[in-house]
Amino acid sequence: MTDGTLPARGDVAPKVAFFNDPKVRSLIFQALALALLIFVIYTAISNAVTNLTNQRIAAGFGFLDQTAGFGISQTLIPWAESMSYGRAFVIGLLNTLLVAVVGIFLATILGFVVGVARLSPNWVISKIAYWYVEIIRNLPLLFQILFWYLAVLAAMPAPRNSYSLFGLFFANQRGITAPRPVFEAGAIWIGAALVLGIVAAFVVRSWAYRRQAETGEQFPVVPTMWGIIIGLPVLAYLATGMPISFNYAEQGRFNLTGGMTIIPEFVALVIALVAYTAAFIGEIVRAGIQAVSHGQTEAGRSLGLAEGRILNLIVIPQALRVIIPPLTSQYLNLAKNSSLAVGIGYPDMVSVGGTILNQTGQAIEIIAMWMGCYLTISIVTSIFMNWYNERIALVER
Amino acid sequence: MTTTASDSFIRSELIQPAPPPANLVGPWGWARANLFSSPLQIVLTLFGAYIAYKLIWTFVDFTIIRAVWTGADRDACLDEKVGRSVGACWPFIWAKFGQFMYGFYPVEHRWRVNLTYIVALALLLPLLIPSVPRKALNAILFFGVFPILAFILLHGGSIINPWLSVIAWLGTVAAFGLLIVHFVGLSEKALNQTAYGAIALAMVVGGAVAWRVLGLGGMEVLAVAVLFGTIAALAIGAMENRPLDVWLVGGGIAAFGAFVAFALVRLGVFNAPALPVIETRQWGGLLVTLVVATTGIVAALPIGVALALGRRSKMPIIRFLSVGMIELVRGVPLITVLFFATYMLPLFLERSPDAMLRVLVGVSLFSGAYMAETIRGGLQAIPKGQFEGAMALGLNYPRMMGLIVMPQALKLVIPGIVNAFIGLFKDTTLVSIVAIFDLLGGLRAGFTDPQWASPVTLYTGFAFAGIIYFAFCYFMSRYSIFVEKRLNTGRRR
Repeated sequence: MTDGTLPARGDVAPKVAFFNDPKVRSLIFQALALALLIFVIYTAISNAVTNLTNQRIAAGFGFLDQTAGFGISQTLIPWAESMSYGRAFVIGLLNTLLVAVVGIFLATILGFVVGVARLSPNWVISKIAYWYVEIIRNLPLLFQILFWYLAVLAAMPAPRNSYSLFGLFFANQRGITAPRPVFEAGAIWIGAALVLGIVAAFVVRSWAYRRQAETGEQFPVVPTMWGIIIGLPVLAYLATGMPISFNYAEQGRFNLTGGMTIIPEFVALVIALVAYTAAFIGEIVRAGIQAVSHGQTEAGRSLGLAEGRILNLIVIPQALRVIIPPLTSQYLNLAKNSSLAVGIGYPDMVSVGGTILNQTGQAIEIIAMWMGCYLTISIVTSIFMNWYNERIALVER
Repeated sequence: MTTTASDSFIRSELIQPAPPPANLVGPWGWARANLFSSPLQIVLTLFGAYIAYKLIWTFVDFTIIRAVWTGADRDACLDEKVGRSVGACWPFIWAKFGQFMYGFYPVEHRWRVNLTYIVALALLLPLLIPSVPRKALNAILFFGVFPILAFILLHGGSIINPWLSVIAWLGTVAAFGLLIVHFVGLSEKALNQTAYGAIALAMVVGGAVAWRVLGLGGMEVLAVAVLFGTIAALAIGAMENRPLDVWLVGGGIAAFGAFVAFALVRLGVFNAPALPVIETRQWGGLLVTLVVATTGIVAALPIGVALALGRRSKMPIIRFLSVGMIELVRGVPLITVLFFATYMLPLFLERSPDAMLRVLVGVSLFSGAYMAETIRGGLQAIPKGQFEGAMALGLNYPRMMGLIVMPQALKLVIPGIVNAFIGLFKDTTLVSIVAIFDLLGGLRAGFTDPQWASPVTLYTGFAFAGIIYFAFCYFMSRYSIFVEKRLNTGRRR
């Protein structure tokens, strides 16, 4: 081949050196990559073993059973300092999930409002939405969290002159205090009724849709659904003898007593995360709505549909297809960004884990647990959103 | 039915179009359409205008109208001392300005930071302006030469040694590459198994001598091994009476040069012309923010290209490793990656690296994984015909990617790269959590100074840092939009 002539037909294939054969070469490359990886891992592990021995740290997850001995300012499940590191980490995980769920819920609402406001025919409203998005997106999230935490908290009054709303809700430097629901025996039935109501509402909905598809008769779906969802728990509440009461906060001389206090770290974190993510969601929503061609709206009008139905039946279903995939990644970002809680001391997974790390020095285990939890959260969220996306995707013949 | 000119009831010329009704044009018409089109809109407009007025007025009132501009300590900013309600306490910023910009970088050496900024701007601006020529040279200077210069200026130490190290590394890699090319190029000729073995043996012997006898390590060993291998290959060529391979000779010279350069660095011949070393502990403020963000993005490009190509590779192990790396890093928050770099990396290495270096490694890994996805987007936008055209011309994989595909793909993702940089610039604030004092960390430290403790200090600091962050990010996002529009015109025809 080196003299530039082509082999005549019927000749044997030219002999190629083994490392010029693509298959062999790819095998060599992969073997090299694998060997390099194994070498790196081996070196890392042998160094880690030496270093850990020098620092007298025992590898493994045994430390999770040891007594933690530190306080946690917000606990969804009971906590005492004498409990184990493992339980502390679980409390941190639950706090992370709480922030993520509350944040995703509120950010979706605010994000849709911002997105629609950006498209408003009203010049003032759309400009305000534009500058909201620009300012929020161009400031670091940690900066915003610190701003809400330090600057706004500093402007709050001391507990004895709390801001009060109807004497039910109080806001002061120690957070927001609200009436605390007290569950007595029988309250479980109300929860059961709520679940039953939601299931029943969706059964009614699918029945009503099927009937409309078959007979064309419409059924007041939305009011019925709300009626069932709210009505059943109320009935259960009355039937079981009102087992839920409220513990109201009382304004004492120096402090508030009773009620349920939401710690300021949580409030600051949620406000900042929601404001930040909503700016991104707003842009996604705007792009999604703009992606639906104007002809669709006009076609809806020429069919004689009311504006609300055009929005519900024509524009939003089509916009959602564009919105859902990037929305998913924003949800994931919010869940991951909740780790910035450590900057203000909200006891989330990273914050609690960091405390454990400092006390025990078990860096490898803690970081592996963090990464495992976040990866699980990411994967579960993406699986759910992909399922939803498939459900609303365009069904083509 | 014909009409004639005499049909007096028919117009013979068109009426001039009437102007639109007065209430549809002009400022009033615009206001009617955009502000007051319905009662609801009127309410919304008034409500929005009130909110906007409140916010803007509060900001202007605080930062300018009620602000205090001069003073020596907190007394200048206390309501009761000044005798009025005080806004922003700018003397606090003036007093802490050095700390916010440079951290604890010694005052007499701050010119080095400023010089680095000037060089960076001088190289970056022509790179960003599309009409300036010589982009390739400019890019090499900015991505290749500038980082070394910046390291020497900011960190200090010998002025010549870093250049020698880089030259030695490059020389070793080049010589190694040339030796492999020689190896492969001669494969179809008479180079027999014994010759392969001899060259490999020479490399092993060379490496062993360098490692065990001379006590060298890492790249130095490779340089010696390549030198030995090259000499063996030349000797075998001479024995077999083949013509002298000029490239191999070049490789040998490069390997020898690399060896000499390594030796010069190790022996400390050029330690003399040196700047005083400023430990990274003393760096801080905006300097750290910029160093972390710039290093992150410059390191992210090669990592991202490698991972993106790996992810599209047909080799299962390479693809699996790339996908695993990308998804692992993208699935976790930056802060856990920073904790990994700060607490876990030292365990995996023999010596614990400098704190700043650890953070830079973490940030580079993180932004590299995101950059890989950005670049993969660009690669996917290149039509298959480009790949096929390159293959039809007989280009091998590195040339196909380097000459045909990557230049087009990278050009497409410039807005994505700028956006990644904006994200990274904002994310640098996280380094303050692992005890590196960036602008935000410096700000928090400033709040605790009792000499400036006043009710407005906090707000002044946030206003100052907010303006800086916003200015940087806003202009970068404008630039990204500008490039995007420019790219679109090219493709839209």
